[in-house]
Amino acid sequence: MAKTTFRIWRGDANHAKFVEYETDISEGMVVLDAIHRIQAEQANDLAVRWNCKAGKCGSCSAEINGNPKLMCMTRMSDLPEDQPITVEPMRAFPLIKDLVTDVSWNFKVKEKMKPFTPRPPDAEDGTWRMEQEDIDHVQEFRKCIECFLCQDVCHVLREHELHEEFIGPRLFVYAASLEMHPIDTENRLAELKDTDGIGYCNITKCCTKVCPEHITITDNAIIPLKERVVDEFYDPVKKLFRIFSS
Amino acid sequence: MSAYETYDYDILIIGAGGAGLRAAIEAAASNLSVGLICKSLLGKAHTVMAEGGVAAALANVDERDNWRVHFADTMRGGQYLSNARMAELHAKEAPEQVRELEAWGALFDRTADGSILQRNFGGHQYPRLAHVGDRTGLEMIRALQDHGIHQGIEVHMEHTIVSLLKNGERIAGAFGYEREKGRFKIFSAKAVVLATGGIGKAYKVTSNSWEYTGDGHSLAYHAGAELIDMEFVQFHPTGMVWPPSVRGILVTEGVRGEGGILTNSEGRRFMFDDIPELYKNQTADNPEEGWRYTQGDRDARRPPELLTRDHVARCIVREVEEGRGSPHGGVFLDIAWIKEKLPNAAEHIRRKLPSMYHQFKELADIDITVEPMEVGPTTHYIMGGIRVDADTQMTAVPGLFAAGECAAGLHGANRLGGNSLSDLLVFGKRAGEYAAQFAAENGNAQIDTAQVDAIAAEVLKPFENSPEGDNPYQIQAQLQEMMQELVGIARSQESLTQALEEIQGLAEKARAVHAIGNREYNAGWHTALDLDNLLTVSEAIALAALERRASIGAHSRDDYPEKEEPRAGKYNTVIQKTPDGTMTIRRNLIPELREDLQTIIAEMG
Repeated sequence: MAKTTFRIWRGDANHAKFVEYETDISEGMVVLDAIHRIQAEQANDLAVRWNCKAGKCGSCSAEINGNPKLMCMTRMSDLPEDQPITVEPMRAFPLIKDLVTDVSWNFKVKEKMKPFTPRPPDAEDGTWRMEQEDIDHVQEFRKCIECFLCQDVCHVLREHELHEEFIGPRLFVYAASLEMHPIDTENRLAELKDTDGIGYCNITKCCTKVCPEHITITDNAIIPLKERVVDEFYDPVKKLFRIFSS
Repeated sequence: MSAYETYDYDILIIGAGGAGLRAAIEAAASNLSVGLICKSLLGKAHTVMAEGGVAAALANVDERDNWRVHFADTMRGGQYLSNARMAELHAKEAPEQVRELEAWGALFDRTADGSILQRNFGGHQYPRLAHVGDRTGLEMIRALQDHGIHQGIEVHMEHTIVSLLKNGERIAGAFGYEREKGRFKIFSAKAVVLATGGIGKAYKVTSNSWEYTGDGHSLAYHAGAELIDMEFVQFHPTGMVWPPSVRGILVTEGVRGEGGILTNSEGRRFMFDDIPELYKNQTADNPEEGWRYTQGDRDARRPPELLTRDHVARCIVREVEEGRGSPHGGVFLDIAWIKEKLPNAAEHIRRKLPSMYHQFKELADIDITVEPMEVGPTTHYIMGGIRVDADTQMTAVPGLFAAGECAAGLHGANRLGGNSLSDLLVFGKRAGEYAAQFAAENGNAQIDTAQVDAIAAEVLKPFENSPEGDNPYQIQAQLQEMMQELVGIARSQESLTQALEEIQGLAEKARAVHAIGNREYNAGWHTALDLDNLLTVSEAIALAALERRASIGAHSRDDYPEKEEPRAGKYNTVIQKTPDGTMTIRRNLIPELREDLQTIIAEMG
């Protein structure tokens, strides 16, 4: 058992700083285990969000040694042993306390997006027929555990704070899961262009790199959505058609 | 009197997993106001962790399946202690409920003809579990969440209810706090639905998260509702055992459904050594037949690895105790072996069991396409819970409903895998529907503010207790270790009596625990408050386990290894709070089965 030093962000929106803790690390531990040990033994009131501890719920997002990660899936053995480990909250969201941030913006934005709207059922029993190969790519998007790490690293949100004009990678993945859903009939392209701000994304792929579910956010969700928006609104033939038909 | 922020709803739903969300959607459909309390953020509840699938006799893969077979399987799995009416409703209504999720955007894996694909699971006679790889729960909760947010439901995230409020006999609302600032809130409601899930955190080794502290069980019990069959705690046979920090994390039964086998340190498939009489006719007697079953051969019988969870868990414990376990105190679960049978086995495993592959690779450095996993039992689910009316899900308290894991009846002495996801859909919907009906027929009940003040004072006590008082985490850990040791898979009069004594001692210490810091997002304070619920459900489990002097389903008594006491008949244990505040237990004989249901069971063998 080895002692390791942690520098944990403690405090609230008004005042916060790093506080150092030392704790024992045993085989196989993940960062969340160490945080729990510190919480149980030294800092009972330490605020940390977590649920499943198995990478399935997306609650324990944090920045570990500066890298956005799930604490429950970050093994201590993968971090350098000779220096303190820093654990900070996600920096793109307002701090509530310690490692917990206010992520309610994500929920509010999602609520405003046009919901799933299926075509009439294919069969008399009210069911649909879909080929597995037609849903494979949508199932990739539906793996999302809403950890919001992609939102945390997106510079449009993190540095430029364009929360009013840009919905961020998580919600583009959500939009893609609806737009590419084989039985959805809704069209969300105008919103993607105008209110969701898909044009702001300059495909640096930071989101894809941090996704713990390995969703190919940029290539499979955002770029195809951008292409659809271009086809719909900037295609010269369609433009002419719109002029003549209006 | 202090002023509390107050919300007024027709229906208040406490808990936002599958059952709570489904209830909220149904209640909102009646154009009544609905409040939804989430202990965590929306979409993070325990349903998200369900892996293998949702059981429904859709008959997409095997047309011989129908509700009757599902009903008979559920009753057999529950050792005939289930509420037969609930098992009937569940089997009949599950298919429609699964189809409805698809109308809300869920995307289940498909059959060749484009219908919902179904897989094999323990205790289910035919491939019955609709699924999405091994992340079915995530798909379900997301479909419910994304549909639910457009139904006008008011969602309160990161709130905890500490007490139900009553007016005379009937429900009047609930009282709780929000996590962020620690402020108190009153939720006045004409009807309340409890959908708070389980009790796993009463044990040391569990697949459950911090939220699973028996809140609903405890709230209902203290409000005067009855708890039944609390002795039946499901120890899922396959949890991770190594490394120590991941001990208890679930390994889906889907691994065995896809052909995974259990072996001991001698390489023997020990599950073939002990096949219960009740399942002899349905179980393969050689490995070849078992393999054919997992690959869809309709004439083959299922391998013994897919026997019910209670039995598989006991067999694993026996292997370990008799010295044939794996290096870290479990047994081996091997899916990699299928490479002998299938070309591209590694790719097949990664496609069918993606999150298992991921979980072992990242947390244990094990590539499950190459080497076996080490697994052992983990506290997973409680079959017992709040007693409800089978049709309406109403408890003994007028206006108080319960659904999902915190309610009891469907699963009897042992739950079949896949039956919880269908349970929460079928009975979540029913609870929402009948709670709405109750709300429409009854007016508001006045809330007694003096009662609220008293509760609020109690909730703040951990801050006022002497700093000499214990750290709440220590008491929680002591309780978990004690329950694991004394009220675990193997129980006896001696262990249970000792457990009840220790619970009294811990309860005393719990009253004196000290919380440091202030009320804002204070995990220590919350742990102190959760202790009350954990102690209540622990006492109920131990008391019920002491009362049932037999070994049946998930409940095993070393001192009573036989199934039932002679002439005792089939009964439920019923726990209730007496007016003087103590916990009492009695037996309630299960009425004779309706004739048509008896016929079904007889026909299905």
